[in-house]
Amino acid sequence: MHELSIAHSLIELGMNTLKQAQITTPVYAVHVRLGRLSGVVPAALRSAFDIAAEGTPFRHSQLLIEIVPVHILCPNCGPVDLGDGIGYVCPHCASVAIDLLQGRELELSSIEIEDIEIEDPVEIEYT
Amino acid sequence: MRPLVEIKRNILEKNDLEADRLRDRFNAAGCYVTNWISSPGSGKTALLEETLRELIKRGESAAAIVGDMATALDADRLSRSGAMVKQIETIGCCHLESDMIINVVESWDLSQYNFVFIENVGNLVCPSSYDLGEDERVVCLSVTEGEDKPLKYPSTFMAADTILVTKIDLAAAVEFDRDALLSNIRSVTQQPTLFETSAKRGIGIEAWIDHLIQRRIEKVTPVQV
Repeated sequence: MHELSIAHSLIELGMNTLKQAQITTPVYAVHVRLGRLSGVVPAALRSAFDIAAEGTPFRHSQLLIEIVPVHILCPNCGPVDLGDGIGYVCPHCASVAIDLLQGRELELSSIEIEDIEIEDPVEIEYT
Repeated sequence: MRPLVEIKRNILEKNDLEADRLRDRFNAAGCYVTNWISSPGSGKTALLEETLRELIKRGESAAAIVGDMATALDADRLSRSGAMVKQIETIGCCHLESDMIINVVESWDLSQYNFVFIENVGNLVCPSSYDLGEDERVVCLSVTEGEDKPLKYPSTFMAADTILVTKIDLAAAVEFDRDALLSNIRSVTQQPTLFETSAKRGIGIEAWIDHLIQRRIEKVTPVQV
């Protein structure tokens, strides 16, 4: 997957959020939810995030990733949690007529900001 | 405890919003749009060239937007069909995104085209994450690539509305196992529509064109209540 392109989109979305919420304090952490079926590799996203965050209010932020397991809805067995698996088939009855309840997420879920004074306050410039 | 700003937004939402804008524009103009995804060398361009040629022969108007990392070679080929063709050179990007399509169609009078074909960058991974405002997502798979592709690239095949098997004229030479392919497709998705084709030998083209024309009629015909 093209994690750098995704990291840039993440930073852009984060920047818009800071602007709309008029936040000028540093960002401690960015919380992201990644579904197991999203196709995004967490380690690659971390590296890409460091690059994409350079020169932005996120340059010192941690990227905290929550991996979202695949949940399917099987017509025979009901909701099934696939755990660490990434199949598209019900593990109990092998039905493929399943609906995906969760597992494709690529979500910016929240931003954790500092609430203390620091010596070199971040100046935020919005393009 | 540090303040938490809840966001809960899709990182790729910008593309989704733009895809919705595109979809509205295509719908208003009566265009039936397909997004073609495959690995490089699947025969996608050759089949699209035959598709355009045959549609125009049948009196349908068509346009194509082609994405490649570099060169306008595919657009030049497709132009031979007589269709309106525009090349997008993505330079570094491994997939097409909605804003790239918007940039092309912004200057078009879309009502002139019954069909708009989007030939994505040759890549079986990334394009499937990006909605381009299409009506039908087509995945091309040649008999030479192996029957196990659906298992190896489940996200892409799961999102396919139609699978076009290409180069069927080579099936015997590569000992193509049709049953194995169908079984592998079935193990990742409920059966999408499937066509077996050969652009070189003109096999399966008519049925594929009939399908496209029928789908467009269903799309643009108001529902009787």
